[in-house]
Amino acid sequence: MNNNYSLKTMMNRPERLAPGHRMCAGCGATIGVRAVLRGLHEGDRAVIGNATGCLEVSSYMYPYTAWEDSYIHNAFENAGATLSGVETAYKVLKRRGKLGEGEQFKFITFGGDGGTYDIGFQSLSGAMERGHDMVYVCYDNGAYMNTGIQRSSATPMYADTTTTPAGKVSAGKVQYRKDLSAIIAEHYVPYVAQTTFTRDFRDLHRKAETAIYTEGPAFLNIMTPCPRGWRYETSRIMEICRLAVETCYWPLFEVVEGKWILNYQPKNKLPIEDFLRPQGRFKHLFKPGNEELIGRFQEEVDKRWEDLLYRCSRT
Amino acid sequence: MNHTDKNCKTIQMTSREIRDRMSGNEAVAYAIRQIDPDVMPAFPITPSTEIPQMVSTYIANGEIGTEFIPVESEHSAMSAAIGAEAAGARTITATSSAGLALMWEELLLAASNRLPVVLALVNRTLSGPININCDHSDGMGARDTGWIQIYAENNQEAYDNYIQAFPIAEDPRVHLPVMICQDGFITSHAVENISLLEDDAVKRFVGQYEPEEFLLNPGRPVSVGPYAVSDYSMEAKKGQEDAMERAGSVILETAERFCRMSGRKYGFFEEYRMEDAEYVLLLMGSAAGTAKAAVDQLRQQGIRAGVLKLRVFRPFPAAELAEAIRRCGCRALAILDRCESYNGVGGPLGSEVTQALYRAKVYTETVNYIYGLAGRDFTVEHVFGIVDELRDVADGKVLPPDHKYIGLRS
Amino acid sequence: MRTDIRNITPSTPYTGLTEGLQLYAAGTSRQFMSGEWRTSTPVLDMEKCRQCLLCAPVCPDSCIPVADGKRQAFDYDHCKGCGICAAVCPFGAIAMTED
Repeated sequence: MNNNYSLKTMMNRPERLAPGHRMCAGCGATIGVRAVLRGLHEGDRAVIGNATGCLEVSSYMYPYTAWEDSYIHNAFENAGATLSGVETAYKVLKRRGKLGEGEQFKFITFGGDGGTYDIGFQSLSGAMERGHDMVYVCYDNGAYMNTGIQRSSATPMYADTTTTPAGKVSAGKVQYRKDLSAIIAEHYVPYVAQTTFTRDFRDLHRKAETAIYTEGPAFLNIMTPCPRGWRYETSRIMEICRLAVETCYWPLFEVVEGKWILNYQPKNKLPIEDFLRPQGRFKHLFKPGNEELIGRFQEEVDKRWEDLLYRCSRT
Repeated sequence: MNHTDKNCKTIQMTSREIRDRMSGNEAVAYAIRQIDPDVMPAFPITPSTEIPQMVSTYIANGEIGTEFIPVESEHSAMSAAIGAEAAGARTITATSSAGLALMWEELLLAASNRLPVVLALVNRTLSGPININCDHSDGMGARDTGWIQIYAENNQEAYDNYIQAFPIAEDPRVHLPVMICQDGFITSHAVENISLLEDDAVKRFVGQYEPEEFLLNPGRPVSVGPYAVSDYSMEAKKGQEDAMERAGSVILETAERFCRMSGRKYGFFEEYRMEDAEYVLLLMGSAAGTAKAAVDQLRQQGIRAGVLKLRVFRPFPAAELAEAIRRCGCRALAILDRCESYNGVGGPLGSEVTQALYRAKVYTETVNYIYGLAGRDFTVEHVFGIVDELRDVADGKVLPPDHKYIGLRS
Repeated sequence: MRTDIRNITPSTPYTGLTEGLQLYAAGTSRQFMSGEWRTSTPVLDMEKCRQCLLCAPVCPDSCIPVADGKRQAFDYDHCKGCGICAAVCPFGAIAMTED
């Protein structure tokens, strides 16, 4: 698929997330879910897992389910463990002849950054380490959006959230964000990828298909902007994603069997202001006198970008 | 055997008796080997650790085909159990104390999603202070999670209860998870005689697990674990409560079927020398053995004492219990809790049993005793003291204390 | 028995709900008209559309179906009017109109 990618081919695959769910207009999470599920080959069955979060409460609100495949939501912090149970059941039922010989199931679970970076981190780490044949997909919108935009360890520095509000003596979140993609890569699982929405979705579609059809645990970290939490016009999501990539705030890379591969290097790395400016959560950074904060943000982006280039150059 | 029933013995038993000696943990592991379930996620915690260890050994030697998931916590153990059971696999786990406490959120989800997971609980006190010995605070802490709870006095009952757990949990009228409880160390580690059943008989009794709807049913997708608005949530909870009520008769039917196979009879509770008992000790678990031994001695002295050993705590057999107390003409009842509720008035059995009596208009005197916390010894002398006090209460010599500790230095 | 959600409403007695609120069905959210939330509506100009399909994957609401490699009409029963499709169209074939 890598060399002869066709958006048309991908879009011809059946839609596996039905309309009528209750996600906000312009939500990035469901764009991500649709794209990931397009990675499944036609006819292959899947069981979808889901941590508690926006996606869960909006996509399976009794008796309305948006899922075309079997779906299980359990709780907030255990999407990894729950799907590891499902995958293990598949293994044993198959071995015991309780499932048809030709019946192929894939296992994909979705969690927001709250359910993945924070409260579900242990469960995710355990599932990855045990080697279950599953894909954990983090739809990273950089805060606890379901409960009303509280900071998470995925929230970027200086973001104005409801638990790190920008105020007279506060410039928003103090810490920079956790690099979960790298942390999962350090589990030495067969496949880890970081991606977001690009114009023709080549990067995401390819990584989803690779993750799903790689034997063993795989992890996808997808930046999925949230117009409510990030405070931008809903129609601008693709522009926000492009700026995240072009400023190297959200680099596109993958780690295949321990090998780090950079998937996209901007010709002209844009200044971080370009990513920050369209978002209301960073508005306070553009008040006179706060130039230094943007400088510090830039330094952190540069440092992490250099680290990534180094990792990718080694292998 | 205390439980051998005359009616059962007249029936041709369907399993040959195998005599052995083993601990409670070994007995449960032995039953697991016979049942050969599909999936077992578990995390070690004293004193239940031996169960997953033994199961792992059975797997390592190819004796069973169970898939063991070595999860990184008890929360993940129950989470994975929910996933596996929802996927269509017969699933078990085992834990104790803090492990059960960590599972708490997931216990509620196993029950509300109506998944017949079976959990072997080896009762141990909850922290703090951290202590590895027996009391019932772990099981009692989970009493309102929607699980069926069955308590064992000894290794034999732990084994028998465990085998009965699957037909109860998986019955379409029930579809609820079951906790099979035994006392940590006292039962789990003490080696006693046991009468085992033949592998084939156990397999036949338990049967195949064939759920109608499950995640891995090809071409028949299901969605599990919804968000529900208030229009549906209360109705869902009532539906779950109905299943718990229905579980009562399924437990009795299963016990009857078990009796036909084994010759051993079980009910909601066991009545020991209760026919004309004026002074009754109501309790659960291994301490019942001590109470029975003490009652035998008291009877020799002409004191009409008896024991009511509660086996099924959830569903709570309130009416049947009250009727048993009414029937024997009990003058004073000791309700023994191996758990403190920290409510200022006693333990959970104290609350629920007195409520049952009041609603059945059985107005016998009651005293709620707290005993055996964190492995504190409980002896026949303690029982003698309790019965002395019950007699004084019944004779109007003393007012019944609302609750009282046994074996406490004061 | 598979679930027909038309039988599950806020007036259904509790015994009529599915066990554990499991749903023995898929894609039932189609029966919820999320298009009623819309305040701005995308309108496709077929003259300008070149079927590049860039609009189809960016829809959060699966409202731009694709069949045989061609985008179909908007699913207005469910479109919430976010405007992402209009913003990505390289040919200006999608216009947002205020309702």
